[in-house]
Amino acid sequence: MTEIANRPAELPVDTAAPQQTMRRRRQVPRWVITVGSIAFFLLAWEFFGRGVNPVFGSYPSAIAVAFWDISSSGQLWTAFGESLRPFVFGYSLAIIVGVPLGLVIGRFWFVESAIGILVTAGYAMPLVALVPLLILWLGLGFGVKVAVILLMAIFPIVINTWLGVRAVPKALIEVGRSFVASDATILRRIVLPATLPYIMAGIRLAVGRAVVGMVIAEFFTSISGLGAIIINSANNFDTATMFVPILLLMVLAIGLNDLIGWIERKVAPWQAEIAGRDRE
Amino acid sequence: MGEVSLVDLSKRFTLKIDKAEHTVQALDRLSFTVADGEIVALIGPSGCGKTTALRIAMGLDFATGGRVMVDGNVVKGCGYDRGMVFQHAELLPWLSALENVMFGLEMKGMRGATLRDTAMQYLRLVGLEDSAKRRPYQLSGGMQQRVGIARALAIDPKVLLMDEPFGALDAQTRESLQGELLEIHKRTKKTILFVTHDLDEAVLLADRVVVMQMGRLEQIITVPIARPRDDLAAIRGTPEFADTRYQIWRALHARETVH
Repeated sequence: MTEIANRPAELPVDTAAPQQTMRRRRQVPRWVITVGSIAFFLLAWEFFGRGVNPVFGSYPSAIAVAFWDISSSGQLWTAFGESLRPFVFGYSLAIIVGVPLGLVIGRFWFVESAIGILVTAGYAMPLVALVPLLILWLGLGFGVKVAVILLMAIFPIVINTWLGVRAVPKALIEVGRSFVASDATILRRIVLPATLPYIMAGIRLAVGRAVVGMVIAEFFTSISGLGAIIINSANNFDTATMFVPILLLMVLAIGLNDLIGWIERKVAPWQAEIAGRDRE
Repeated sequence: MGEVSLVDLSKRFTLKIDKAEHTVQALDRLSFTVADGEIVALIGPSGCGKTTALRIAMGLDFATGGRVMVDGNVVKGCGYDRGMVFQHAELLPWLSALENVMFGLEMKGMRGATLRDTAMQYLRLVGLEDSAKRRPYQLSGGMQQRVGIARALAIDPKVLLMDEPFGALDAQTRESLQGELLEIHKRTKKTILFVTHDLDEAVLLADRVVVMQMGRLEQIITVPIARPRDDLAAIRGTPEFADTRYQIWRALHARETVH
């Protein structure tokens, strides 16, 4: 018995393959590759960007100077605060409303029949076209920004949660039923944790949409926030300054994405055990 | 007490295959009784309705005719008088082994220190007190099923219903779990109804074997091997084992020889 079990390990084909993958993985740390890729991109941008008319384009060192100007004057950080507050508010609201909504749509067929179609339609809604209307209702300030961010962010969260609930193995629900758990208990103790990876994916997708929503709202109102800096410097042909908030928002989105990934590993550590993380 | 009776149990449902509707008779007036403390195996070819019968007995599925009774009370859904062991254990992957056992107890309303102690006591019964903190995916298949058995037993049901509990395990793990189940039965005296497709398992574990064919009862075979059955390896060598196994085999193939 043991002899048979040992035999495959002695074959050269079997021993070579796993060693190779081990070696390749340990050669270079991931962050080195990422940093290298960013450095290459910035250098290439700097090299080619310098040849372009500063109205039509810009390049990293000019953007860095512009960053220094509006950041030391405080203009950037005031605008960042004006953008961040409605962002946090609208995005949190999207999670607080979106997750329970997705759970009940996925779990109860009558809720699905009643409002599932509205969610699907809402996801495809050309929100940009509706912003002027929202401004008429809510004014030019905090309220309209929250509304646009909420409307942009909520749909991926609801839809992902909804699909996640549909994907919960029937057998796990039956475990709950066999121990006479109520519908509410099954939803909270089985469906919600089983859906968490989907929910976190929806929350991640919503980051990008929320950032876009924030900028759209500020374009239309154009009196406060990072969006206002973008549109005002674009109108003044100050392209380098225009790129400062754009890059800041991208960095913010990356940071949020990593933060959510970290939270996901904290709240759903079992997911890494189930899902294959083995990649080439 | 823990007597289970299936009385004239029928189940029919319609399947839509390529626009044509087919009526499937999953169960056809199935009747048998499992006495208190008895172990009964339900065996038959796949699709014969054995799992459906067990699920109806648990209350996870509903019959279109007849009824299931536990100690004279008609089953109308799931209840704490029955504990279910699923084919693939179906532990909740985000909970530890201990928390999985606690889950059923919590549903039953147990709280506080007794909750943890009781769960631990049942983990000990299946020999997993050292793995209490592991999550399901950190346990082997056999260990997962042990937790599944502990979870079902912890709520102290009158009857243990098991759906091919060892079917997904490798042969050696299966044999050791069969021995452990008999040990648990000796200690707890629970009534056990289990579904299997394994002839050896049916003979080794059961007092009586219910053979099903196409939703109907084919034959009930009594296993003439006395309890306690401590040495399963020795039982495998007895003529009673071989003879009973052959009887079941004959019953399983009774319909085939006709055509």
